[in-house]
Amino acid sequence: MSKKQFYIYKGFERFWHWMQAILIFFLAFTGFEIHGTYSFFGFRDAVRYHNVAAYMFIGLIVFAIFWHLTTGEYKQYIPTLVNIKAQLNYYIFGIFRNAPHPTKKTVLSKLNPLQKLTYFGLKILVIPLSLTSGLLYIFYRYPSRHGIKAINIETLEVIAIVHTVAAVLLVAFIITHLYLITTGETLTSNLKAMLTGYEELEDMHHTEQKEKK
Amino acid sequence: MKKIVLILAFFGLLVIIAIGSLSQRDIEPTTLIKLKEKYSKVEQPSVNHGRFEILKQKFNSPQEVTKACQSCHNTTAHQVMNSNHWNWEREEYVKGRGVIYLGKRNAINNFCIGTQGNEKSCAKCHVGYGMDSKGEVYTDSLNIDCLVCHDNSETYAKAPEKGGAPLMNLDFNKIAQSVGKPKRTNCGVCHFYGGGGNNVKHGDLEMAMFEPTKDIDVHMGTDGMNLECTDCHTTIQHNIAGKVYSLSSMNLNRNNCEQCHTDTPHTDDILNEHTLKVACQTCHIPNYAKANATKMYWDWSTAGRLKNGEPFVEEDSMGNHAYMSIKGSFVWEKNVKPDYIWFNGTASHYLEGDKIKDTTKALILNKLHGSYSDDEAKLIPVKIHKAKQPYDPVNKILIQPKLFAETKGEGAFWKDFNWQTASEEGMKDAKLPFSGKISFLETEMYWPVNHMVASKENSVNCNECHTRDESRLAGINDFYLPGRDYSALVDTGGKWLIILSLTGIFIHALFRFYASKKIKQRAINE
Repeated sequence: MSKKQFYIYKGFERFWHWMQAILIFFLAFTGFEIHGTYSFFGFRDAVRYHNVAAYMFIGLIVFAIFWHLTTGEYKQYIPTLVNIKAQLNYYIFGIFRNAPHPTKKTVLSKLNPLQKLTYFGLKILVIPLSLTSGLLYIFYRYPSRHGIKAINIETLEVIAIVHTVAAVLLVAFIITHLYLITTGETLTSNLKAMLTGYEELEDMHHTEQKEKK
Repeated sequence: MKKIVLILAFFGLLVIIAIGSLSQRDIEPTTLIKLKEKYSKVEQPSVNHGRFEILKQKFNSPQEVTKACQSCHNTTAHQVMNSNHWNWEREEYVKGRGVIYLGKRNAINNFCIGTQGNEKSCAKCHVGYGMDSKGEVYTDSLNIDCLVCHDNSETYAKAPEKGGAPLMNLDFNKIAQSVGKPKRTNCGVCHFYGGGGNNVKHGDLEMAMFEPTKDIDVHMGTDGMNLECTDCHTTIQHNIAGKVYSLSSMNLNRNNCEQCHTDTPHTDDILNEHTLKVACQTCHIPNYAKANATKMYWDWSTAGRLKNGEPFVEEDSMGNHAYMSIKGSFVWEKNVKPDYIWFNGTASHYLEGDKIKDTTKALILNKLHGSYSDDEAKLIPVKIHKAKQPYDPVNKILIQPKLFAETKGEGAFWKDFNWQTASEEGMKDAKLPFSGKISFLETEMYWPVNHMVASKENSVNCNECHTRDESRLAGINDFYLPGRDYSALVDTGGKWLIILSLTGIFIHALFRFYASKKIKQRAINE
């Protein structure tokens, strides 16, 4: 089998990924300060920075959704059960025996079934949860005298707790994500790919041709 | 190339958003500039009272001065006689009681308890002359004391224990010719000394407010805007805006910061949003009793001790009375952090003769109403004054003792030091039953703190409330406060999720490390 450098992460994709990484880190850092876990910027600045970062994140998400829809890249994230057991088996057993990755990474299908499931969950569940609760948190209306009663939210408690849950899930994801990027062909091959866009993959087309001959 | 342009454009957009939202416009709000302009103009009086012949006559009594005033101000008397400064009560509607007349005449406080039977002494702070328990003073307009409020010579003074009459050695001509709008000295002479001494009652109104610096009060500071009391407490026909809830019940005729500063005075939207639920004073008065200590606790139960048959006084480290035979023991505090409560502008009071429902806990003499879910309520800072005062354990009512008399033997506590006779006489004056039994009960009064406003730089910081430990709002738990509150379940669950993830990763990585070593070893062996 021959290997070849493939351009798998496009410019915008990489920009989106790293921008998102920075923003989520920053949002988590300021967010948990607002939550009262520790004190660093001071409550007031933490709130201000958190809100600014939140709007930047929303802006980024709008661009990302546009990109995914127009390029059709969203299809990469549609979950599948095919190979899911093999992938789990790989992380639990195969990886220790230097077994090959059960899912072949290609330009058209660069996510393994576990990734598809996790990222799909993030995009459909955790990020929207975080975003909606966050926007409600910002635009929360105190019970007020002359306002429209129907849009009053009597307490911030539920909103704040949902927002915290989403944040905890994101932090847990990041920790696991940071570890799993070391499980590529080499320790750093996944990281390099996300930085440069290029990754050395099996040249399926080439291999097939060879076999025919 | 195209991509780079797109990325740069995107970055540019993000930078603009970031700068736009982070930059604080450093122009002060125009309302503040307008206010400063308005209040820096010194108003010139339209009349020089020194030129009126009638004020040059010889005055033999203060009533003659009042008569002279009324010769020109001939429709003013009824204004004063309808005011609560004159009547010591105002009409209030209280839920559960209906329309009542509430004031010093019938309310009980936890300082000198009440006025009934003690009028001659208490009347030193009445805008009239000749007060006694019969109450005839209220019908004669010549008994109006114009001078206590309008003297601008700063020489007028009332005599102690004379029913409101002034000292008789005053130069009434000089005083009468000086009259003008009330100054801080006119208001302060009563309102700074209520309860029998400087800063006993309010905590935020005391003699330092005669000539305060900006550090004491940003509005009244003589090195700043130098506002008079009446600049905020605007007055129409002797009806003065603003009142204190030791003696008020209705959400009416209140004075507030918003009437000048609007309810969205900040450039920061998040701060403006606070004004819906948080009163301005809550953040802008970080502490009160800044210059002199205020009385926080008054224990009547220790009163009456004598040394060699004589009453005595002891002082604390700050030089304040710590014990007085006539009044009992006190605790004073300086630079006090306020307590905070929800307040919707209505209050209910313990009035003379009310049955005490529960004598096992402190009786609140003026309960301020409000809660988080109350649309009208805001968080306000208060001074909570605690006391122990006499009550009748059989009839379950607070005792109004007779405290003041001119001579011994009339039963007054301050002369005879006998709770039994003082209670009997006092309850007789108040026309209330008395069983003959005396006990002492804890009582509390809530004094909203509205003065001694700090500069914006010295206001309360966000993290003094939005913090888990020692939040200023630690006691108010009927709402979720970011930074202070959290779900214990989510926080513990989240902690464990992260701990387990990290442990899992660590174990997995360890296995991988040894497995790869083994594989390499095998490769070498083969």
